[in-house]
Amino acid sequence: MREISVDLIRDAVAALAVKANTVVDARVEEALKTARQREESPVGREILDQLLQNAEIARATATPICQDTGLAVVFVRVGQDVHLTGGSLEDAVNQGVAKGYTDGYLRKSVVRDPLDRINTKDNTPAIIHYEIVPGDELTITVAPKGIGSENMSRLYMLKPSQGAEGIRQAVLQTVREAGSNACPPLVIGVGVGGNFEKCALLAKRALLRPLGEPSPDPAWAAMERDLLNAVNDLGIGPQGLGGRVTALGLAIETYPTHIGGLPVAVNINCHVARHETVSL
Amino acid sequence: MKNITAPFDKETVRSLHAGDTVRITGTIYTARDAAHKRICEAIAAGTPLPFDLAGAVIYYVGPTPPRPGQVIGAAGPTTSGRMDAYAPTLMAEGLSGMIGKGERLPSVIEAMKAHTAVYLAATGGAGALLSHCIKQSEVIAYEDLGTEAVRRLYVEDFPATVVIDCYGENLYRTAPEKYRR
Repeated sequence: MREISVDLIRDAVAALAVKANTVVDARVEEALKTARQREESPVGREILDQLLQNAEIARATATPICQDTGLAVVFVRVGQDVHLTGGSLEDAVNQGVAKGYTDGYLRKSVVRDPLDRINTKDNTPAIIHYEIVPGDELTITVAPKGIGSENMSRLYMLKPSQGAEGIRQAVLQTVREAGSNACPPLVIGVGVGGNFEKCALLAKRALLRPLGEPSPDPAWAAMERDLLNAVNDLGIGPQGLGGRVTALGLAIETYPTHIGGLPVAVNINCHVARHETVSL
Repeated sequence: MKNITAPFDKETVRSLHAGDTVRITGTIYTARDAAHKRICEAIAAGTPLPFDLAGAVIYYVGPTPPRPGQVIGAAGPTTSGRMDAYAPTLMAEGLSGMIGKGERLPSVIEAMKAHTAVYLAATGGAGALLSHCIKQSEVIAYEDLGTEAVRRLYVEDFPATVVIDCYGENLYRTAPEKYRR
């Protein structure tokens, strides 16, 4: 049994929230540079240049990459041999979000009720996903998610007979409808299988995979490549203004499902796909 | 590349065509969903508006708080479609320019043609870069809305692309065709 104070978790969440919102991942910057080379549209190239400059300015001045610093999505993976001390885990995560968003000059975008829409003023509560795993480590990922791309995400309950082609059409339809709203170039997370809520979470988790890393399963990795090419062939381009670069990456996560179902979730993200992880 | 000055007179609006890249210098105003709702309520009630809409340019943005010494925090565009319900009412009062990102409804495009207004896109996801083009920022109305308050901004060489012009031409519809395979 290992003891971990929830104060450490609070401070880790605060630091991760600030870092995720101000530092563009090195893989994303590399992908933008590669995209800049293959983009044929002059307007598209200018936009990719702006995104690269933006990453530099954000890092140098600790200014958020984007003004929508998102809902704080937090993944907590707790080893079953960990004993948490000093208070509630959930409170610690939310205190960390409040601290990071306040001290880090991040935007507070959370309203307390979907209809009365009164801002909670500290970006809490976070959306927290817990997982219990073997061992005595505790791993936290903070993945701030903007609403421009979240609003364009979709979930489809396909029939098994629709198969791979159904998945392909679901992804392409979602990206077409997202168009310029979701700030392409996109990073796309796809969940396939499970049930209604499992599938959505698979799609969200797919966005946490390092950009460009293929699925370990060769068949799904092939579908990832095929779908990414098909998405780029839509011609939507950077910011929807036309071009050959509509997405920088596409990852698929799968799970066993019911004999009668083929759930597909498409979680759209903008180019940054912000997420930062630490193990305690 | 065209250099244009805000507010926009009608001659400026007529000179802009879908696909033009521009740099904007001058005074523009921020407003998102909540501020648009209040402005439309003020128009309906005949009460004073937070700024003169004649020739005005609205930037759809909710910035992050500035760090000490900064004019404004990250300030990229938000999705314009959420303002579609209100935009025609504002154009009827003289609004000449809208800066945001994403598609607009046909009703908005019809209002743009009727009232000679233009829609430009700034780069979504370039909030830190765009904040550097904002030289002055002052909250002038609805302070209780926080990030959604109405701000008067002075911008210099603010980069944008004309997406929908006052003739109804829409780059979001025409440009992807050229790159589709």
